[in-house]
Amino acid sequence: MAFLARVGRVVLAFFSAAGRLTIFTLTALSHCFRPPIYVNLILRQFVDIGYYSLPVVGLTAIFIGMVLALQLHTGFNRITGGESAIAQVVVLGMTRELGPVIAGLMVAGRIGAAIAAEVGTMRVTDQIDALSTLSTNPYKYLVVPRLLAGIVALPVLVLVADNIGVFGGFLVATYKFGFNPAAYLQNTADFLRSSDVISGLVKSAVFGFLISLMGCYTGYHSKGGAQGVGAATTYAVVSASVLILMFDYILSALLFSS
Amino acid sequence: MTGAPKISVRGLKKSFGPKVVLDGLDLDVGVGESVVVIGGSGTGKSVMVKCIIGLMEPDAGSIKIDGQEVTGLKRSEREKLMRKFGMLFQGAALFDSLRVWQNVAFGLIQGHGVGKEEARAIAIKTLGAVGLGPEVAELWPAELSGGMQKRVGLARAIAAKPEVIVFDEPTTGLDPIMGDVINDLIIKCVRDLGATAISITHDMASAHKIADRIAMIYKGKIIWQGPANTIDKSGNEYVEQFIHGRAEGPIKMEVRAL
Ligand SMILES: Nc1ncnc2c1ncn2[C@@H]1O[C@H](COP(=O)(O)OP(=O)(O)O)[C@@H](O)[C@H]1O
Ligand SMILES: [Mg+2]
Repeated sequence: MAFLARVGRVVLAFFSAAGRLTIFTLTALSHCFRPPIYVNLILRQFVDIGYYSLPVVGLTAIFIGMVLALQLHTGFNRITGGESAIAQVVVLGMTRELGPVIAGLMVAGRIGAAIAAEVGTMRVTDQIDALSTLSTNPYKYLVVPRLLAGIVALPVLVLVADNIGVFGGFLVATYKFGFNPAAYLQNTADFLRSSDVISGLVKSAVFGFLISLMGCYTGYHSKGGAQGVGAATTYAVVSASVLILMFDYILSALLFSS
Repeated sequence: MTGAPKISVRGLKKSFGPKVVLDGLDLDVGVGESVVVIGGSGTGKSVMVKCIIGLMEPDAGSIKIDGQEVTGLKRSEREKLMRKFGMLFQGAALFDSLRVWQNVAFGLIQGHGVGKEEARAIAIKTLGAVGLGPEVAELWPAELSGGMQKRVGLARAIAAKPEVIVFDEPTTGLDPIMGDVINDLIIKCVRDLGATAISITHDMASAHKIADRIAMIYKGKIIWQGPANTIDKSGNEYVEQFIHGRAEGPIKMEVRAL
């Protein structure tokens, strides 16, 4: 009996958490379309999420592009004539998959944690309640700007990451393995379709939404003091990262099924 | 108390999980009256005022403001109603990402559509009313001492001239002199605005000074209330124990042996 009770508690806790998250998401979304919209706050969040994430996303993207070319070269060496496919696989992998996922995970660590810590601190110090008493809806003031900025900023970052990643692959292929630069670039350009890039951008918009959502949600519901905020921060990063990889699969299956 | 009460609470109940915090609480506050609620830590004083001003939804019971039932109101109605209230939070709850004057002007700009320059002028004037010079206006909340933070919180609560002001432990954590300064400011501000006031405290000097009427909360109910000058001969053993701060008496602190 004790065992069943424990299982039951876990199941109930899961459903109540899922329900809370759903309600939070729907409330936040409904506020995205009703005035007032705080344009200043959206822009400030956009700068925080987009602009200040450029260095870390760019740095990871170039190394991913480089290591991709390196590994492919080793792998394709075993297949006769496989080597010539490096340019194609690098650009395909970056735009469809690695650009969005790497940028998503890096931003989840950087921004998801920051959002959760900021909103969580505001919760435990009553600042969110204070917003309400000052005729300001906390969803509109805190959550909506972060969600919208996340949805817009991530695709922009991914566009940059795609280019830098492809460039990383190009560097390794030409300098290390002596590929002809012009031919490499020609291969890349000929092979790439706009749908590859667009699908990656769609994914990344979803990732941006998930990162901001989990940061806001865990922060908004954090309890206790510093410890509660710490737990919220951890939970925001972990859940956003797991959700990014889950949705990456789901969206890939949907977008590339045809 | 004459005429219809400003605030009328009946049978208010609120639990968190198995923990019953408010258990059928009744309280009336007259128009322009200053009521102080005393009681030990964790007896639900903050929860009570959060229910009254609409930051928490009670489990059961009725709350009437100006004769209007406010439990279960729609969000938009609730937001309108909240404009009648100003609140000084226990920890001041200043927005740490905004400067002092922006904190004070917040409700004016967001809730009452006052222009930025005008709101700033009002903020500086309100800061003057709580004894803070214009040089403080440009500081960040983190640069202020506890007493100054409380004063800024007070200025923020009164800037939009609310009909009801709630003070949650305004003097807790301050030295006795600063505590008395805050008491005087509360009396002055409430008188100047002609507002109704609900204050929470466990500081008896403060209660004597600012109260027209004192009510004591214990185990989720108001167990005694009466004019402020009668509390010393209340004849209630719980009140006696509380105001004299005795460890022995009917109120048992849950202290276990080491
Ligand atoms: N949001 C909440 N969730 C769970 N428990 C809460 C919450 N707010 C208050 N409580 C509990 O309610 C009790 C009363 O809290 P509070 O009203 O803050 O006490 P105080 O009289 O010192 O102001 C405390 O035991 C606290 O743990
Ligand atoms: Mg309290």
